Amino acid sequence: MKKVDAALAKSFGLNAEEYAKVLEIMGRTPSLTELGIFSVMWSEHCSYKSSRVWLKELPTKAPWVIHGPGENAGVIDIGEGMAAIFKMESHNHPSFIEPYQGAATGVGGILRDVFTMGARPIANLNALRFGDPALPVTKRVVDGVVRGIGGYGNCVGVPTVGGEVNFHPAYNGNPLVNAMTVGIAAQDKIFLSAAAGIGNPVVYIGSKTGRDGIHGATMASTEFDASSEEKRPTVQVGDPFTEKLLIEACLELMQTDAIVAIQDMGAAGLTSSSVEMAGKGGVGIELILDDVPQRETGMTAYEMMLSESQERMLLVLKPERTEMARAIIEKWDLDYAIIGHITDTGRIVVKHKGAVEADILLAPLADAAPLYRRPIAETPKPAPLGPVHSDMKLGDALLKLIASPDLCSRRWIFDQYDSTVGGQTVKRPAQADAAIVRLEGTKRALALTTDCTPRYCVADPEAGGAQAVVEAWRNISATGATPLAITDNMNFGNPEKPEIMGQFAAAIKGMAAACTALDFPVVSGNVSLYNETEGKGILPTPAIGAVGVIEDAAKAVGLALKPDHDLIVIGASKGELGRSLWLREILGQETGAPPAIDLAAERRNGEFVRAQILSGKVAACHDVSDGGLLVAVAEMALAGDAGVDLTAPETSHAFWFGEEQARYVLSVESAQDRAALLAAAAQAGIPAVEIGRANGNGKLTHSDTVAISLPQLREAHERFFPSWFAL
Amino acid sequence: MLGRGLCLGQRPWPRVIKFFCYFLFTKSSASFLYAAIRFQVWCPKVPLYFPAALRQMSPMRTAILLFPGINRERDMAIAVRQSFGAEPKMVWHKETDLTGIDLVIIPGGFSFGDYLRCGAMAAQSPIMRAVKDHAARGGYVLGVCNGFQILTEAGLLPGALLRNASLRFLSMDAQLKVERNDTVFTAKYAKGAVFRAPLAHGDGNYTADTATLDRLEGENLVAFRYADGNRNGSARDIAGIYSPNLRILGLMPHPEDLVDPLLGGTDGKPLFDSLAAA
Repeated sequence: MKKVDAALAKSFGLNAEEYAKVLEIMGRTPSLTELGIFSVMWSEHCSYKSSRVWLKELPTKAPWVIHGPGENAGVIDIGEGMAAIFKMESHNHPSFIEPYQGAATGVGGILRDVFTMGARPIANLNALRFGDPALPVTKRVVDGVVRGIGGYGNCVGVPTVGGEVNFHPAYNGNPLVNAMTVGIAAQDKIFLSAAAGIGNPVVYIGSKTGRDGIHGATMASTEFDASSEEKRPTVQVGDPFTEKLLIEACLELMQTDAIVAIQDMGAAGLTSSSVEMAGKGGVGIELILDDVPQRETGMTAYEMMLSESQERMLLVLKPERTEMARAIIEKWDLDYAIIGHITDTGRIVVKHKGAVEADILLAPLADAAPLYRRPIAETPKPAPLGPVHSDMKLGDALLKLIASPDLCSRRWIFDQYDSTVGGQTVKRPAQADAAIVRLEGTKRALALTTDCTPRYCVADPEAGGAQAVVEAWRNISATGATPLAITDNMNFGNPEKPEIMGQFAAAIKGMAAACTALDFPVVSGNVSLYNETEGKGILPTPAIGAVGVIEDAAKAVGLALKPDHDLIVIGASKGELGRSLWLREILGQETGAPPAIDLAAERRNGEFVRAQILSGKVAACHDVSDGGLLVAVAEMALAGDAGVDLTAPETSHAFWFGEEQARYVLSVESAQDRAALLAAAAQAGIPAVEIGRANGNGKLTHSDTVAISLPQLREAHERFFPSWFAL
Repeated sequence: MLGRGLCLGQRPWPRVIKFFCYFLFTKSSASFLYAAIRFQVWCPKVPLYFPAALRQMSPMRTAILLFPGINRERDMAIAVRQSFGAEPKMVWHKETDLTGIDLVIIPGGFSFGDYLRCGAMAAQSPIMRAVKDHAARGGYVLGVCNGFQILTEAGLLPGALLRNASLRFLSMDAQLKVERNDTVFTAKYAKGAVFRAPLAHGDGNYTADTATLDRLEGENLVAFRYADGNRNGSARDIAGIYSPNLRILGLMPHPEDLVDPLLGGTDGKPLFDSLAAA
């Protein structure tokens, strides 16, 4: 048995001050199991000790918010008595150590957060950031992560409908895997985790507990170095088949009145689930570990409390319903065991082989958890981009941009994800700015997207944080749906460095301003810090997952442009090239300030576009973001297999590749619709400019600067991933 | 409906029959009244003048089999409901009775996690004895994706489905050529017609020995072939096959996921309409 002292505490991730606090709370030297419990509950991953003071700044309320942050996932009212339950969560560190299992268990974990609240998961999305594609390790990580997401999501039968991928050398040693799940429940059938009822049985269901993932939460709370490979045993192994059974078993059990409280065993496994359930309910809990279903022999209390074995849930049941619950769980071939009961002591007591292995008062474990207002250093405001010039023809620049890893087609990825299972996917990946998934048995549908532009965030974290929110809002608006709420996945470097905390604080400030201006509250989220390898941090990446609703799914529009339709740009084009992909891919520079954010214009333009779509005047719509206007038009042309004759007189790269915000490209079918739309825009004071017309001859043309056939454009757009993986 | 568990046994047929039994074998008007009320409670959506309603229902009484890990049963139920105008019966794999069923559907998914071999464990489930009896009686069987794999593992169709040639999962639409339209599954398609159906599989590479493949082709038992490229490596571009009596069909693509214009098309609907009209 290891000796419990400050040195051991340090190896568990508790600093001297934190260990002193543990001694004070316990009034004695803690047992190994107790130290383990403190260390995981007080890890950055579980306690949000560096981020909590800032997260409070985010708006979390709106009339349609049913449960904001603090539950397993956010819950919003989507009409007809239904609720959408969703959250995004990172699995960054495990995905670098073991890409397949890291990504797979990331999907599994976020699914459990959602169905533990009573929702049937109806969609998965993922936001991925990888390192330089030129490095062999990047290819290995991309391959493993994509296979892992597919392997898990396809098997559990939840469609993977959307997401995003970026590449940047800053992620070389620290890729980001952020997985989002959206589920649907009846508003009066939402399950929470607060334990209640003294004497009620505490029930364990799901997979057996093994030694995998011990101290995973602690691993996720430190930087990486050359020894990280040795941490492979802390990566859990997923079993999507068991997860599928767990989903069906839980949903079946939830149809009964047996459940008092339910919580998945995620990070820090049995420890965090039992502590959180009892803590939230203001009760105590006693666990008898001898009764925990075990996969391996000779497991100690410490190992069982810290294991992160997957596909497990902890329930508090009504005592008179345990036999019925057992029958349902065992019908699905899952383990079921009563492993303890709720007490009135306010303590967590863990017994194993007749001995008390842990006995901790719950209130201080939660209340005295460390909370740091760490020093911050503001990111200096970037100088605006000076004059830039390229002699390249517009058409050649477009072909180069659209073939680049950040802008090329993601088909190779989403072709490996089952996007149709469930029979409700109205807009599949790349068919619209947001995925559209109908609610079975209704006309209503959800619009779903994930967004973040890290190259903006590193230049100006406040603008970048705001931009991530507005782009998500725009992507939902561009389908005709009404944006409702977001989940945020804050991926940053080491919070003990003031410049990193400065990025975090500024990103929160930008996000909060955008959320407030757009009535787009944050209802759930996750913070992933210490995303550094060998002391080098990632680009600050506040990934946003967003949910909107459209009452009639048939009114949602996609990207596909049809011949003879006219193209109109909504929003002011100013030619902002700072931090643009054009600047990076054509001139090789990552400089300047990101495009300005005008929240009032965002809201006005987005609401205008949505109203036009719902009135039936718009045939297709695409927001203008990475790569600017010409890339947006090219993507619409490819999606609809239509050529375009561009008629806007501008020939500058700044006009066609600038990334200024609050813009959309719309297509309209008839001259009548075009006139009505332009008149409405003029009346609303919204810039609307005709830029061209789709043709049936399969060519994208503009004066003497662009002449590209669709097959040529498509070859460039589709080339990167297949050729990368053909090697 | 949303957020609920699986809807089991909502098909009104046995209730209708029970009701008739009540009506025929009881003389007292009280019993008749009781039976009528019970019937209304069981089937609130079927009005008391039910014979008219019954005539509109499909004669094809359908069971969708549920193995642990199956995940396209809801998609399949939607397609069946839409074309048949009746609710399919969801049957758990541990059940053993398919009495009164005309059509057994084994939907897609990952039965038993696809562990061991796709479909291998499901093929040993209790319900498969009943499926074999049903097939032996000349009953109709449709197996899609994992269902096709289960049918080959159970020996109800020849050959096997191996890992895709690319060793990657395939999720995209494929074009299928209808090899014959004189079966209950394809009567509503034109012979030689090409229709679109989503693929969603990791193991769709149809394989059999040369003699078997020659026999399938010689006896005209190939149901569908991939018409726009053979993505999974299947022998002779085979996407689906029939049993010799043409009453069992197994195919890898998912016609049930393309039965609604809003979801991208209705190319898969004629297959279900064909069955409904049979």
